[in-house]
Amino acid sequence: MTEQIDKALAREYEAGFVSAVESETFEPGLNEDVIRRISEVKGEPEWMLEWRLNAFRVWQEMEEPDWAHVDYPKIDFQAISYYSAPKSMKDKPKSLDEVDPELLRTYEKLGIPLVEQQMLAGVAVDAVFDSVSVVTTFREKLEEAGVIFCPISEALHKYPDLVKKYIGSVVPTKDNYFAALNCAVFTDGSFVYIPKGTRCPMELSTYFRINEQNTGQFERTLIVADEGSYVSYLEGCTAPQRDENQLHAAVVELVALDDAEIKYSTVQNWYPGDEEGKGGIYNFVTKRGICHTNAKISWTQVETGSSVTWKYPSCVLKGDNSVGEFYSVALTRGRQQADTGTKMIHLGKNTKSTIISKGISAGRSNNSYRGLVRMNPGAEGARNFTQCDSLLIGDQCGAHTFPYVESRNPSAIIEHEATTSKVSDDQMFLCQQRGVDPEKAVSMIVNGFCKEVFKELPMEFAVEAGKLLEISLEGSVG
Amino acid sequence: MSNENVLLSIKDLHASVEEKNILKGLNLDIKPGEVHAIMGPNGAGKSTTGYVLSGRDGYEVDSGEVTLAGENLLEMEVEERARAGLFLAFQYPVEIPGVSNLEFLKAAVDAQREARGEEAVTSAEFLKMAKEACKQVNLPVSFLKRGVNEGFSGGEKKRNEIMQMMLLQPKLCILDETDSGLDIDAMQVVANGVNSQRDGERSFIVVTHYQRLLDYIKPDFVHVLADGKIVKSGDASLAKELEEQGYAWIQSEPTEDELED
Repeated sequence: MTEQIDKALAREYEAGFVSAVESETFEPGLNEDVIRRISEVKGEPEWMLEWRLNAFRVWQEMEEPDWAHVDYPKIDFQAISYYSAPKSMKDKPKSLDEVDPELLRTYEKLGIPLVEQQMLAGVAVDAVFDSVSVVTTFREKLEEAGVIFCPISEALHKYPDLVKKYIGSVVPTKDNYFAALNCAVFTDGSFVYIPKGTRCPMELSTYFRINEQNTGQFERTLIVADEGSYVSYLEGCTAPQRDENQLHAAVVELVALDDAEIKYSTVQNWYPGDEEGKGGIYNFVTKRGICHTNAKISWTQVETGSSVTWKYPSCVLKGDNSVGEFYSVALTRGRQQADTGTKMIHLGKNTKSTIISKGISAGRSNNSYRGLVRMNPGAEGARNFTQCDSLLIGDQCGAHTFPYVESRNPSAIIEHEATTSKVSDDQMFLCQQRGVDPEKAVSMIVNGFCKEVFKELPMEFAVEAGKLLEISLEGSVG
Repeated sequence: MSNENVLLSIKDLHASVEEKNILKGLNLDIKPGEVHAIMGPNGAGKSTTGYVLSGRDGYEVDSGEVTLAGENLLEMEVEERARAGLFLAFQYPVEIPGVSNLEFLKAAVDAQREARGEEAVTSAEFLKMAKEACKQVNLPVSFLKRGVNEGFSGGEKKRNEIMQMMLLQPKLCILDETDSGLDIDAMQVVANGVNSQRDGERSFIVVTHYQRLLDYIKPDFVHVLADGKIVKSGDASLAKELEEQGYAWIQSEPTEDELED
């Protein structure tokens, strides 16, 4: 079987096309002037510029982290362009009719029609193309419910107080190297506010697309769920197939106030690079949510893309009885490297967290789970359950688990289970003997392995995630 | 002998596993509707026969010919053999965690129907068929939702194999020591399942170490496999003789080859 896998580890990256969109792109380089220009292009208030400049100074003092189990050449931050936007976006189209048809076609090709009549009913989309948001659908319907869903650059104008109150409140500027960089140069992303006691009437989603060459994407998402509210949010990401690596360093902050619930799902399919590891996205992302009393945050991620992934969606369980969940499927193949997991910081009494991580490694890839569970002294009666399973396909890949457990409260209960298994010859033979071809067999076995995570995804996207795995595994067996 | 009306024809089959010769000149013809029992001592090559016929990796055919319904079986991939109508019921069915039995069965039936150019069954129709099959082998319908063989008892796994056979409707079924690890009641359920699939067209190879399964599944022919070839053939009464006298009397008799020498 190993030989078959080696022979046929080739697949098409379906989202690898480039759109012919005329863009206005900053020349590569990073300094205070570039940051001033970004802020100016966005027409930001003065405090935002100051915040960015402060972050830039902080970042300059920091060192690039090297503790992750990933290996990549040093990033030249001066070789990256920090802003790129389609020219047609300059006049800020008021409606879909005014949006460049090439942009709409791009999203249509990715399977995300932005024309409302063709869309999945019940899902509102914010489409971010390079550094700007091009369209946000179903806004009127959401406004009726009092829900705010708009590009964060727009929120800075329309709802400056809300943004100012919460931005950087969960992931502070100094948090880490890539978060500090994001604070300095972020361009767009989504802003969501769900008012008190409101159940968001539809799923919200943001689709990030990198198109321009030599640009980085630095988006920033901020979701605030006010007391007793509920929202389910999904992000998807793709990029063209290129030989050069591109940097994506995003920050996502979630605030779940008392009794609120946020469900955040990610289907990450950035270009993973070719079989030899050439090209692909460096995905360095900081995601964190804070749960107040009785609140709940649930992260679900399906990570199949990027050449390097460095990502730990986390929960700070500040309020008593709050709940944090992390469900993850990370699939690596070719030469992909993923170091991903979560942090569950238990501060409040009777806080609960669940971590289910499924790592699948194929080809010559390396897949690591890194997770921290911390019970602070005040976390009376807190509980954590962690299950961490690795599945290996072939004999040249690696699966690694780095669990960190810190308990400072004797009443806290922490459970950790881990397994490592292989797609066995026996399983393959059983499937084939029943008439199922080998590729379908692998995808069926892998899907089965991931079932506990897929069932956490919103229904519309569970199917998509399953298909994505199928595409990713195409050619994994001969 | 003419190939007419022969479903499976094995001619002078030699096969090895890890460079060790296991089958050393196996000959066997099976006509539609016939049930052949293959018995023999441990290590005679009984299970190997099933794996070689189904094309498992690591089971190398050194020489010989095998046809199924006139087609050269040895040139086909594992899944192609299955789609051509060959079914192997495993001695130790493997678990596939998280993949529901129903999903697995549907994938298998879909693949086979598609290969034969038949129309796909709808999920509703299939569920009905699967529930019916469950009933026939005495498995609760809830088994369809559980992972393939996940946490099943030995008997449940074997009944699950028979259920798969019922849904796939193969031309030739090879039952590889299906009786191993079964108590009498479970064996009876399995045998009833097999018997219900005997329709005068479907053929069976029943591989077993013990005669007792053959009390329930009456074979048309019994073959004794020893050291990689059939050393004695007869009707059902041969199985009884073996039961009474053990395999030693057969192995101690000189084989044809040895007489010729």
